[in-house]
Amino acid sequence: MNQQEVMFKYCLRLGDNALIRSYRLSEWCSNAPILEEDLALTNFALDMIGRAQALLGYAGQIEGKGRTDDDLAYRRGERSFYNVLLTELPNQDFAYTMARELYMSAFEYFYYSGLVASKDATLAAIAAKTLKEIKYHLSHATDWVLRLGDGTAESHAKMQAAVDDLWPYASELFESDTTDAAMISAISAPDPAALKDSWVKHVSAILKEATLDVPTTMYTHTGGRNGIHSENLGHILAEMQFLPHAYPDAKW
Amino acid sequence: MELQEQTTVQVDLLKSFEEKIGRDDAIEPKDKMPDAYRKHLIRQISQHAHSEVIGMQPEGNWITRAPSLRAKQILLAKIQDEGGHGLYLYSAAETLGISRTEMIEQLHSGKAKYSNIFNYPALNWADIGAIGWLVDGAAIVNQVSLQRTSYGPYSRAMVRICKEESFHQRQGYEIMAKMMAGTADQREMAQDAMNRWWWPALMMFGPHDSESPRSGDAFKWKIKRQSNDELRAKFIDKTVQQAEVIGLTIPDKDLKWNEARGHYDHGPIDWNEFYNVINGNGPCNKQRMDHHKRVHAEGAWVREAAEAYRAKKEKQLFQSKN
Repeated sequence: MNQQEVMFKYCLRLGDNALIRSYRLSEWCSNAPILEEDLALTNFALDMIGRAQALLGYAGQIEGKGRTDDDLAYRRGERSFYNVLLTELPNQDFAYTMARELYMSAFEYFYYSGLVASKDATLAAIAAKTLKEIKYHLSHATDWVLRLGDGTAESHAKMQAAVDDLWPYASELFESDTTDAAMISAISAPDPAALKDSWVKHVSAILKEATLDVPTTMYTHTGGRNGIHSENLGHILAEMQFLPHAYPDAKW
Repeated sequence: MELQEQTTVQVDLLKSFEEKIGRDDAIEPKDKMPDAYRKHLIRQISQHAHSEVIGMQPEGNWITRAPSLRAKQILLAKIQDEGGHGLYLYSAAETLGISRTEMIEQLHSGKAKYSNIFNYPALNWADIGAIGWLVDGAAIVNQVSLQRTSYGPYSRAMVRICKEESFHQRQGYEIMAKMMAGTADQREMAQDAMNRWWWPALMMFGPHDSESPRSGDAFKWKIKRQSNDELRAKFIDKTVQQAEVIGLTIPDKDLKWNEARGHYDHGPIDWNEFYNVINGNGPCNKQRMDHHKRVHAEGAWVREAAEAYRAKKEKQLFQSKN
C-alpha cells in the first residue's frame, strides 16, 4: 500500500467504528428500558453518525476518486469495512450495550486524546470535537456499569456476564499493525498498543467499584480491522444498504 | 366543617375557577379546579404523551434502513424529539396528580388510549415522508390551537412542541418532494404512501362536530378552542396545495374548492374504519401494544437495579453523616 492507501484505510477504520456502532445504538430506539435512555442512546447514535460523516468524507477526499461519505457507507462490501468486531456484535441486553460502550468509550478517550495532537489538521480537528462527545459517552457508560454491577443480584449477574463475554473483543482495540506504524510516523497518530495499560487500569477500577470481577481471560477475537468480520456485519449491511442497492439510480 | 360550609367553599372555588377561565388566565397546578376538569386533562394529556411514544415505533421501523447518512440523522433526531415530547407531556400530566408509572399501567390495561394513526404500518421509505408531512402536519394544526389551552403546563408544553413539529413537517415534505422528483419507482412509492396515509390523517381530527360527544365541557373550560371540523378544514386547505406543488394526487375524487365556504369540500370519511381501529382492530394495534409491553417488561430489571443502587448510595451517605 502506498501512503495514500494507508491513510485511506486508517480513516475508514475510525469512520467504520463510528458508523457500525451508530447502527447498533440506533437499534435501541423505542426499545430502551426507560424513555430517558431511549433518548440518550439515540443521541449517541447521532454523535456517531456525525463522526462517521466527517471521517468517511475525509477518507473519500484522500482516496480522490470522488466517493462521498454516503458512497462509502452504502456502496461498500463487507470485506472492505474495517471496524473492530466489538462494534458489530448484537446489543443483546442493556448490560451488554453498556459494557460495549464502556470498553469503546474508554479506549476512544485515550486514543482521541492523542489524536488531537496529530500533525494532520483535519483529523486533529475531528478528534477535538469528538473528544467532547466521548467524555459524556464514557461518563454515561460508567454510571450504568456502576448501577447495574452494584444494583440487584440479577443486574450484577447480567453485568458480569456482559463484561466477561465482551472482554476478549476489547483486545482488538490495542492491535498495532503496519497501517498504525505508518500513521504514527506520518501524522503522529497515537499507538493503540501503548494505550492498553491505561485502559486496563481505568476500566478495572470501574469494574471493581461496580463490585464486578475483572476478567482474566487472555483469549482474543480479532479480524475486523482487516476486513474479516463476524457473521453479524453482513446482516447489518444487508439492512443498512437495502434501499441504495435495490434502487441504484435513486437519490434520497 | 359543617356540610353547608363545605358546599359554600366548593361553590366559591368553582366560581373563582370559572372567573379565571372567563378572563383567559391560565390554570396552574396549585389552583383549585373541578375534578372533571382535572380528569379531562389527565385523559387528554396522557393520551397525547402515549401517542408521542407509540409513534416512535412506526418511524423506528425505518431507522436501520434509512437510505443516506443525512436521512438517518434527520429521522433519528425527529424520533428523539417525539420521545422528548412524550417526556414533557408525562411531566405536564404529573402536575395533575398522576405518576408516569400509573399512566403506563393505564396504557397497558387499555384504559388510556393513544392516537389511532399509529396503528397503521410504515411500509416504504416514503411512509416516513408521509408521516412527517401528513401526520405531523395534522398534529400541528391541532397543537397550534392547543397552545392557547387553559391549563398552563399543557399550553407551555405545546408552544415548545409546535416549534419542533414544524421542523418535522418540513422534513417529511422534503422526503416526499425528493421522491417525486426522483425515479419512477420513487414516485410510485410516494403516491402509494399518500394514498394510504391521507384518510387516516383526516381521521386524526376525530368525528364530525355533530357526533363528537365530549366537545361540550372541553369548550366551556377552554381546553379545546376550535372544533374537529374547523381544524380538519385548516389541514386540508394547506395540504392540498402542497401536494399539487410536487405532483402528488390526493386520493379523493370528491375533493373540490368551495368558493362560498372558502374551504375544500371532501368526500365521505370511512368512519367504520375509524371506529374499527379505535376498537383495537387496526393493522398494528396489537403489534404496537405488545411491543411497548414487552420492552417495558424486559427493562424492569434495569429500572430495579437503578432504584436499588440509588437506595444503597443514599444509605451510605446517611451512614457517613451520622
